[in-house]
Amino acid sequence: MNVGDTAFVLISAALVMLMTPGLALFYGGMVRTKSTLNMLMMSFVSLGVVSVLWVLYGYSLAFSGDVGGFVGNLDLLGLDGITGDSAMENFAGRDIPVFAFVLFQMLFAILTPALMSGALADRVKFGSWVVFIALWVTLVYFPVAHWVWGGGWLAELDPAIIDFAGGTAVHINAGIGALAAVLVVGKRIGFKKDPMRPHNLPLVLLGTALLWFGWFGFNAGSELAADGTAASMALNTQVATGAAVLGWLIYERIRHGAFTTLGACSGAIAGLVAITPAGGNVNVLGALLIGVVAGAVCSWAVSLKYKLGYDDSLDVVGVHFVGGVIGTLMVGFLAIDGVGGWDQFVSQAIGALSVMGYTFVVTFVLAFLIQKTIGFRASEDDEVAGLDQAAHAETAYDFSGAGGGSARTATATAPVAPAESKKVDA
Amino acid sequence: MKLITAVVKPHRLDEIKEALQAFGVHGLTVTEASGYGRQRGHTEVYRGAEYTVDLVPKIRIEVLVEDDDAEQLIEVIVKAARTGKIGDGKVWSVPVETAVRVRTGERGPDAL
Repeated sequence: MNVGDTAFVLISAALVMLMTPGLALFYGGMVRTKSTLNMLMMSFVSLGVVSVLWVLYGYSLAFSGDVGGFVGNLDLLGLDGITGDSAMENFAGRDIPVFAFVLFQMLFAILTPALMSGALADRVKFGSWVVFIALWVTLVYFPVAHWVWGGGWLAELDPAIIDFAGGTAVHINAGIGALAAVLVVGKRIGFKKDPMRPHNLPLVLLGTALLWFGWFGFNAGSELAADGTAASMALNTQVATGAAVLGWLIYERIRHGAFTTLGACSGAIAGLVAITPAGGNVNVLGALLIGVVAGAVCSWAVSLKYKLGYDDSLDVVGVHFVGGVIGTLMVGFLAIDGVGGWDQFVSQAIGALSVMGYTFVVTFVLAFLIQKTIGFRASEDDEVAGLDQAAHAETAYDFSGAGGGSARTATATAPVAPAESKKVDA
Repeated sequence: MKLITAVVKPHRLDEIKEALQAFGVHGLTVTEASGYGRQRGHTEVYRGAEYTVDLVPKIRIEVLVEDDDAEQLIEVIVKAARTGKIGDGKVWSVPVETAVRVRTGERGPDAL
């Protein structure tokens, strides 16, 4: 086996792992104080749920064999028969251990449902969310990953769809799934009336930075080899993201009068999303164009929810869905080496539309059934008071401040020896 | 005795503290407050959604003084707090019936 490629894929997998907690912070900073931990946990719990499902049956459904072009088979339940000596067979020229690929792809399967959580901020039952993501990856993500990467029907199109690192399987998928779930769950209490400001923008920027960093593994690692295409993908990732930051900032400066921190972070994510399907097949100027278009268009798209009246709380639709569509379609024309053109564009559009249709319907039905059985939406009392205490029995920030032993902090164990005198110069 | 309360811009706190110290005030209480006066609030933009923030951060300073010092102390605070721009805040005084120093039990002006 190729040691260089193996090392690269394993390191890339670790980078992708960092994206899920990065996403948790990105979303967590954008919600109001009272439901911060709930927002963090909605992403973080996916690391638990999907890791387990992936090795039990997820990998098999996505990457083992093929049943009618739609889904894999169950031959590799529990990764049956795969050992450390097993080398990849179904990807030409990739001489790496199957385990490296299993891990790398597992982390994609973890991130994708977590992306949807931002749309449902502040208002769903945590237990129901866990059930939702377990069923969603089973019914939606595993099949769609098979369509795109596992030898399913999208890979059989002529010309084959270009989705280097998951514009359709990850971002359009999560974006449209989020929209369907939001339509079932409904708006936050006070949507469009109460101010719902991000409570911690530094946290958002930290999350953005971790996502950007991890995205190098996500995008370049998808080459599954430490080669020139991986290097090109990494460079394009950086260029598109930088351009998207500028695209978003310029649009909002003209439209709203300020260069906002949240705008810069949102632009970065829009650029990362848009370059994801495209970056392995465009040159650096193509990446630049995709980035700046994604930044500006997503900056406009996030305002649609107010006009159309759906509460996509943290703009999963406006950024991931719209950005994913932009990247997926633009690469149809911008692909280098004579690939780009109408034929390719049609394949890209088929890919995007089929994921949209399938995922929207299945997610809508799934969310609806959860709502009708165990209940998806949190109680009104819990939502108004904040889900942190109701669902997690914790508080994100201790604002009680100085005064150990005072009534306000009496529920916590009192410190053994409070300091005699603390010089606080306020 | 009088209780002087000043609600002022947060960044003037240091100047006011120094001026009070120079005047000979031994103690004061400071709390973070929020509110608005004639200047109202300001507008913030998050992903294109504009929020009007009515309540702006202020600092509330409270000082207990003897009756004779009250007028002069108000002037000291006003001078230190003033930037000349809208939103500088307000200072007022109210009479205080009694004051007790907790540690010694001293009452009235002795407790200040």
